[in-house]
Amino acid sequence: MGVLDNQFLQLQQLQDESNPDFVAEVVSLFFADSERLLNDLTRALDQPTIDFKMVDSHVHQLKGSSSSIGAERIKNACVAFRNFCEEQNIEGCMSCLQQVKQEYCLVKNKLETLFRMEQQIVAAGGSIPMMELSF
Amino acid sequence: MESCNCIEPQWPADELLMKYQYISDFFIALAYFSIPLELIYFVKKSAVFPYRWVLVQFGAFIVLCGATHLINLWTFNMHSRTVAIVMTTAKVLTAVVSCATALMLVHIIPDLLSVKTRELFLKNKAAELDREMGLIRTQEETGRHVRMLTHEIRSTLDRHTILKTTLVELGRTLALEECALWMPTRTGLELQLSYTLRQQNPVGYTVPIQLPVINQVFSSNHAVKISPNCPVARLRPLAGKYMPGEVVAVRVPLLHLSNFQINDWPELSTKRYALMVLMLPSDSARQWHVHELELVEVVADQVAVALSHAAILEESMRARDLLMQQNIALDSARREAETAIRARNDFLAVMNHEMRTPMHAIIALSSLLQETELTPEQRLMVETILKSSNLLATLINDVLDLSRLEDGSLQLQIGTFNLHAVFREVLNLIKPIASVKKLLVALNLAPDLPEYAVGDEKRLMQTLLNVVGNAVKFTKEGNISITGFVAKSESLRDSRAPEFFPVPIENHFYLRVQVRDSGSGISPQDIPNLFTKFAQNQAIALRNSSGSGLGLAICKRFVNLMEGHIWIESEGLGKGCTAIFIVKLGIPEHSNDSNLSFIPKMPVHGQTNFPGLKVLVMDENGVSRSVTKGLLLHLGCDVMTVSSVEECFQVVSHEHQVVFMDVCVPGIDGYEVAVHIHDKFTRRHERPLIVALTGSTDNLTKDNCMRVGMDGVILKPVSLEKMRSVLSDLLEHRVLFESM
Repeated sequence: MGVLDNQFLQLQQLQDESNPDFVAEVVSLFFADSERLLNDLTRALDQPTIDFKMVDSHVHQLKGSSSSIGAERIKNACVAFRNFCEEQNIEGCMSCLQQVKQEYCLVKNKLETLFRMEQQIVAAGGSIPMMELSF
Repeated sequence: MESCNCIEPQWPADELLMKYQYISDFFIALAYFSIPLELIYFVKKSAVFPYRWVLVQFGAFIVLCGATHLINLWTFNMHSRTVAIVMTTAKVLTAVVSCATALMLVHIIPDLLSVKTRELFLKNKAAELDREMGLIRTQEETGRHVRMLTHEIRSTLDRHTILKTTLVELGRTLALEECALWMPTRTGLELQLSYTLRQQNPVGYTVPIQLPVINQVFSSNHAVKISPNCPVARLRPLAGKYMPGEVVAVRVPLLHLSNFQINDWPELSTKRYALMVLMLPSDSARQWHVHELELVEVVADQVAVALSHAAILEESMRARDLLMQQNIALDSARREAETAIRARNDFLAVMNHEMRTPMHAIIALSSLLQETELTPEQRLMVETILKSSNLLATLINDVLDLSRLEDGSLQLQIGTFNLHAVFREVLNLIKPIASVKKLLVALNLAPDLPEYAVGDEKRLMQTLLNVVGNAVKFTKEGNISITGFVAKSESLRDSRAPEFFPVPIENHFYLRVQVRDSGSGISPQDIPNLFTKFAQNQAIALRNSSGSGLGLAICKRFVNLMEGHIWIESEGLGKGCTAIFIVKLGIPEHSNDSNLSFIPKMPVHGQTNFPGLKVLVMDENGVSRSVTKGLLLHLGCDVMTVSSVEECFQVVSHEHQVVFMDVCVPGIDGYEVAVHIHDKFTRRHERPLIVALTGSTDNLTKDNCMRVGMDGVILKPVSLEKMRSVLSDLLEHRVLFESM
């Protein structure tokens, strides 16, 4: 399964001269949001009595954000996470949280690498080709 | 005397009898000898005589008979034995020949008799042939006469000459006493004596046309013998002494041009006839011969043809004269028109320059004046001056443009241009006015509309601006929607534009633009006048005194130059109206990206389908909020984002046309927002469309959304294409429920 799905391509399509940094903005927003959510989740699951409702809402948010970006794997992890929340399965939740964190790190690294490479290319005088969406 | 062997007569010979016998025998012999000689002589003379050898036989027989009789002369007296022998021989021979001849005659005589019969037969035949020869000769004579007559008749195309010649020639050929022609009068009820042979000036005798004798003549195409006492034949007062000659009458058909149909012969019932009467000399005991009657009939037909030719010629001469006159008149009219046009063009050219110069001065100086320090009253005055002079300049331009258009001297300046940009620019120009009047203007361009087109950009923009400007001008409240799409062949053939027959061609497409407004509308009677120059709708003119009424006329000229069609539909006063035009544009050969010279003013990527569409996005999740905002921005919408329900309550207004809200966030009842919005905006056309964005796929969400009165539910994630189609569907149908 890929790290990013078609949604990311959609985002790239939205970038144009009037909105040159759209993708970067959204991605950084995503990073900030996710880190905050992950921190909240960690804290929530550390509590003696876990408020599953709040956990669920956080996971829901994370799921929304990641699907907006197109981070498929995170989204799938979140789906699993939510299931465990409904069951109120603490171990399951913890493991899912770990998985989500892992996926998040993966996505973050990949995206950062991507941006760095794009900057290098632009600095070297080239242009970044737009990927064709095929439907 | 001793007894002699000579035979002696029994009685003593009578001297006289002997003498007579002697003489007769001699003459018989002579005759017998001379007959064959005569025969030979005459036969030789005649040169043709069959049966020569019969003659020989006969001759021999006669000669021998003669010889016998001659020899008999010697036997009267004592004769010797030799004589007796000769005599005997002669007699024997004679007997043989005469018997042979007798036998021969049995065969010969019937032949000779039949010769006589044949001779009789041949004589009869000769007589018959003579008779026939006579007939043929007469016919040939007749034919010759007819030809001569026809030649005479046809050698002229003058009606009177034809008729006169006919009578003269007929009279001469047939040695007539009198020949007359009766023509039907204009009323057709009488026959009038028109021409005679002998009388110089026929007095106007008329006879009614319904006489039985006349009917008899008219009903047959043969020459009919009529009585010399009938009214048509009584041309001269009868002297009473002499027997009038036989009279014959024949009909002469008078053919009119109108009688001839292309594939039909003229109807007999519509024929009019003239009557020709021919009289043999009185006291001549001449009879009308058949060949003479035939001659008369043929002549009558020829006369008819000749008359019709003459009539046709007259007609064509008349028509030619008429045409020549008309030609001259048209020529002079054309020259006058050309002079007038030249004069007008000169005038316009001069006025153009003369009018524009002061106009320019006024406008320039007024704008400069605006820049200086002015009191508020002065500023108001200067603004009014500027506005009025701008109007005047527009008017002058319009008039000049229109006159150039009428001449046909206006030519489109064809070039490749950005079609979408034209629409956007028009929209931008119109937006200020529209927003002042609080009108909503929506532009909807079809996805398959090419971005670049080949045509006259300036004139297209002018047309579009004019049409949209009219829509804005005549709409006091409501909205205006502009749609542009590629017209397919079915929609090209609009029943409301029946005279427009567009032909789809390679490298060209037909752009169809519809501008619908919710304004005051136009009553159907006024619609035809909209495109005529200087004609203004009275009702509109009262309300809005600006504008010269030229705008639509110019638009129509431009559209026609672009091989298109423009028309306006309206259901009536107060029901708004829709202006539709179709123009033909070319498709540029090169695609956009390789041609950097066509950098448009607006961003190239994406199609801004919904410029100015005010949208409110409510989403708690920052990332998805910014993604949705990015999507909508990309589509050209005017996006405002809120992150909570309370904010949404505060911000939402009737200016927003669509509200997107995220409803799958548990704990937040987005449905409340929908209910609230419904309460706040009671009138449907002011209420924004509420669309739920949700990631959940169950029917419960959808049902809930429908229950609270949302207009649509969209499943996340939303792609660009999906958002675009969703928005266009929403705006068109005002409801959208995606099937889950």
